Amino acid sequence: MFAYIARRILYVIPIALGVTVIIFGLVHIAPGDPLNAVVPPDAPKETVQILIEAYGFDKPIPVQYAIWLGRALSGDFGISFATGRPVAEAIAGGVVNTLILAAGAILIGMTLGCLIGAIAGYYQGSWIDKLATGFAIAGVSVPHYWLGLVLVIIFSVEMNVLPAMGMGPGGAKDWAWDQAHMRHLILPVITLSVIPIGIITRSVRATVAEILTMEFVQTLEAKGLKSFRIFLHVCANAAPTVLAVSGLQIGYLLGGSILVETVFSWPGTGFLLNDAIFRRDIPLLQGVILVLAMFFVVMNLLVDILQSLIDPRMARS
Amino acid sequence: MADTTPVAAGLAEAAIDDTQVAAKSRSYWTTVWQSLLRDPVTLVFAGILITILMSTIFADVLAPADPFKTNMVKRLKPIGTPGFLLGADELGRDMLSRLLHGGRLSLVMGISPVALALVIGGMLGLTAGFLGGKTNMAIMRTIDVFYAFPSVLLAIAISGALGAGIVNAIISLTIVFIPPIARVTESVTTQIRNLDYVEAARASGANAFTIIRAHVLSNVAGPVFIYSTSLISVSIILASGLSFLGLGTEPPKPEWGLMLNTLRQSIYVSPWVAALPGAMIFLTSLSFNMLSDGLRTAMDIRL
Amino acid sequence: MRAPLLHVSGLKKYFPIKGGVLNRTVAQVQAVDFVDFDVARGETLGIVGESGCGKSTTARLLMHLIRPDSGAVVFDGMEVGSREGIAVHDMRKRMQMVFQDSYSSLNPRLPVEGSIAFGPMVHGLGQTAARARARDLLAKVGLDPNLFIRRYPHELSGGQRQRVNIARALALEPEVLILDEAVSALDKSVEAQVLNLLMDLKREFDLTFVFISHDLNVVRYVSDRVLVMYLGKVVEIGDVDAIYESPRHPYTRALLSAMPSMDPDRRTDAPPLTGDPPNPINPPSGCRFHTRCPFAEKVCELKAPALRSIRAGGAQSVACHMAEAGSGHSKSSAEGLPA
Repeated sequence: MFAYIARRILYVIPIALGVTVIIFGLVHIAPGDPLNAVVPPDAPKETVQILIEAYGFDKPIPVQYAIWLGRALSGDFGISFATGRPVAEAIAGGVVNTLILAAGAILIGMTLGCLIGAIAGYYQGSWIDKLATGFAIAGVSVPHYWLGLVLVIIFSVEMNVLPAMGMGPGGAKDWAWDQAHMRHLILPVITLSVIPIGIITRSVRATVAEILTMEFVQTLEAKGLKSFRIFLHVCANAAPTVLAVSGLQIGYLLGGSILVETVFSWPGTGFLLNDAIFRRDIPLLQGVILVLAMFFVVMNLLVDILQSLIDPRMARS
Repeated sequence: MADTTPVAAGLAEAAIDDTQVAAKSRSYWTTVWQSLLRDPVTLVFAGILITILMSTIFADVLAPADPFKTNMVKRLKPIGTPGFLLGADELGRDMLSRLLHGGRLSLVMGISPVALALVIGGMLGLTAGFLGGKTNMAIMRTIDVFYAFPSVLLAIAISGALGAGIVNAIISLTIVFIPPIARVTESVTTQIRNLDYVEAARASGANAFTIIRAHVLSNVAGPVFIYSTSLISVSIILASGLSFLGLGTEPPKPEWGLMLNTLRQSIYVSPWVAALPGAMIFLTSLSFNMLSDGLRTAMDIRL
Repeated sequence: MRAPLLHVSGLKKYFPIKGGVLNRTVAQVQAVDFVDFDVARGETLGIVGESGCGKSTTARLLMHLIRPDSGAVVFDGMEVGSREGIAVHDMRKRMQMVFQDSYSSLNPRLPVEGSIAFGPMVHGLGQTAARARARDLLAKVGLDPNLFIRRYPHELSGGQRQRVNIARALALEPEVLILDEAVSALDKSVEAQVLNLLMDLKREFDLTFVFISHDLNVVRYVSDRVLVMYLGKVVEIGDVDAIYESPRHPYTRALLSAMPSMDPDRRTDAPPLTGDPPNPINPPSGCRFHTRCPFAEKVCELKAPALRSIRAGGAQSVACHMAEAGSGHSKSSAEGLPA
């Protein structure tokens, strides 16, 4: 067990390094001189010279990578040439706002996903199962940026009951846990939760249906146990799978929220990315991607470790 | 040699002659086809998909108007306006015509990355799975690095760096889909490699290439193909998503994701016209998902 | 004695077990540990032992499907895979194998014809000739070519599939056939039919068999000589009558006593084996059987017994301290364990 966890943690190091190599490479796949990707076109000569030296563009690529990595590790992702402010500053604010969305979505996703999935798996083949399965497939097939737009049309345009944009009244940039801000949370969180609901429903349904066919459940039935008690047994056995799927979904949500944030003008990482793309601000792009990817890597690691603690068989395979 | 033991000899006489009993012959594909015919849901979605494919292919004939022709007077007309069956967009272009034409790019941008990734990822996975050992390590660990990115993020990162454009979007999505396809191919190949019929083929003196061609490929192809069809659904959403962010197609070309993006500004004037392109993306993606599910059941494939 | 068709010496294969933080090799399964034996042309050598004793690994080593760590397989006087010997590719044309699992040993996407014709085509036979050979062989293994040639594996019964596997193995016209539990998975009645078929084919094609099975009745029925394996080691080898009538190794005796027999005279009173075989990852020191042997003494723990001939002409050899005079075992004699 300990060996498995230790090995799993050690294994993250090469993966994380690989991720940084890819992100570093983004500057070099950008068309034109890599210098143009990090230096604003209207920068004065002296600034250009300083930047060349800072990034080491006059040095071989491995050295450039080492310089870049060293700076990134110390939290210095460069200067955004759209705002002229350090990238790290912008990211810090964006990550918090994105996490608010992702946390809300995963909460709804896990609750509804487990509930619908368990019911569908328990009454396999019934109309309720067919409905849930259909809903789950629709959930994973829907372009969520469009779903967000449809929700805006229904609740903001047609009914005018919920705000369509921003994270607070009057384009507020700071979050507060009050009713005015919470109203802004409703539509984006619902939009974002549709995919986790779909995926968690599917896997919970499959797990529950599989466990129900196992002999130990039939033994419980033969022993005359009430169906509710059996249901609890099944839930306990389905837990590791649900946990794994949900954990991964948090990671996906961080990435997937980009398009939804664009729809709702939510000032999170997605909004930053959108900005970076629009202004071809490569340092900002690299910084945001790096932070989100690392988050995903750590999330994966935590899920694996937690799963191996719950179900030791995982560690052995 | 020892005398015949009572066990063996006695039973040999008493037994039914095993060589005379033959099952009715039905090829694998006949079985698949017959179980598909008994699955109305899959057939319905296959029908929808064929309709979408056909209407985009023959958009030139079917479209009532020129998808590029602007008309300032007819801007943002609602659905059902005479002459504009599905309304008009922000430049007064006929929505029905643009939706029909827009499907072409959306489908090409959605399907071609999966097809390319199927070739590249399939070869990588086949090589890693069949050769095993250090080759497997090298390929699969590199794949793991790409797996460390959520797919949307990776697509946006590469597209964002490469810049807008259809080709760039296809390149970045291909890179996104190579890792999952390589992984599935690798795991299926590894399973098959350890089966006795591959051992038997090795025992008959065949080299690796011959074994892959004659024994591995035919058994890996089914599961990997089905898995890839389920990725098309994701790919179409992502491709249109890139256009939605301004990273795919550039105006004035009709493409569902881009149309959604430009019409987004007009939801307060003509809300439901703005929702139409997204509905097409949804319907197409859903159909691919349902078809993939149905085929998987019919082909009895578990991944 | 003539030079054997197959000569195996010092064959060894350990499988590494990875573990620990850095995934290093932490232990090894000693699957096959310095195994020697000969197979004469035209005979059937039976190999018996409990599951996990290394029978199947030995079969795969003979075919070079896995590489031995050390040791040599000499085929018809030529060392397999060495520079001056015979190439693996050429050896495989002359030695073929039938696997235990009749289903997984046939490609589900190939009709019977394709499976049988594959080998000959690999070795350069044209497609038409290979197909003709497939039809021929199908008839030889008792399946009507007109009825079966286009069939897929899932449309055949277990016995029919195993017949196809035999035909596939014979398609290269080999001299040696390794049968790795080839009839074990079949129903008893079908097993008998397939065994009779094998004996007929052996006569018709002058084949040499290496017959691996855990079923002692079947091994007695088909074998000329028998090799008994325990945890990767040969414990006893000899003529079938010698082994079955006067087993000298306590393990062989225990195996035979556990064997169901319809003949009351053949039932022995030797103590049956108790417990599972020890873990092959860390096999017992000295004689590997000492943990389960009713006669085990100090010397058995300390020293591994060598395989020694106890009858003239190699009719019976046994690896037991009791069969070696002066070995230090209180019951030791030149004949081994008394009957």
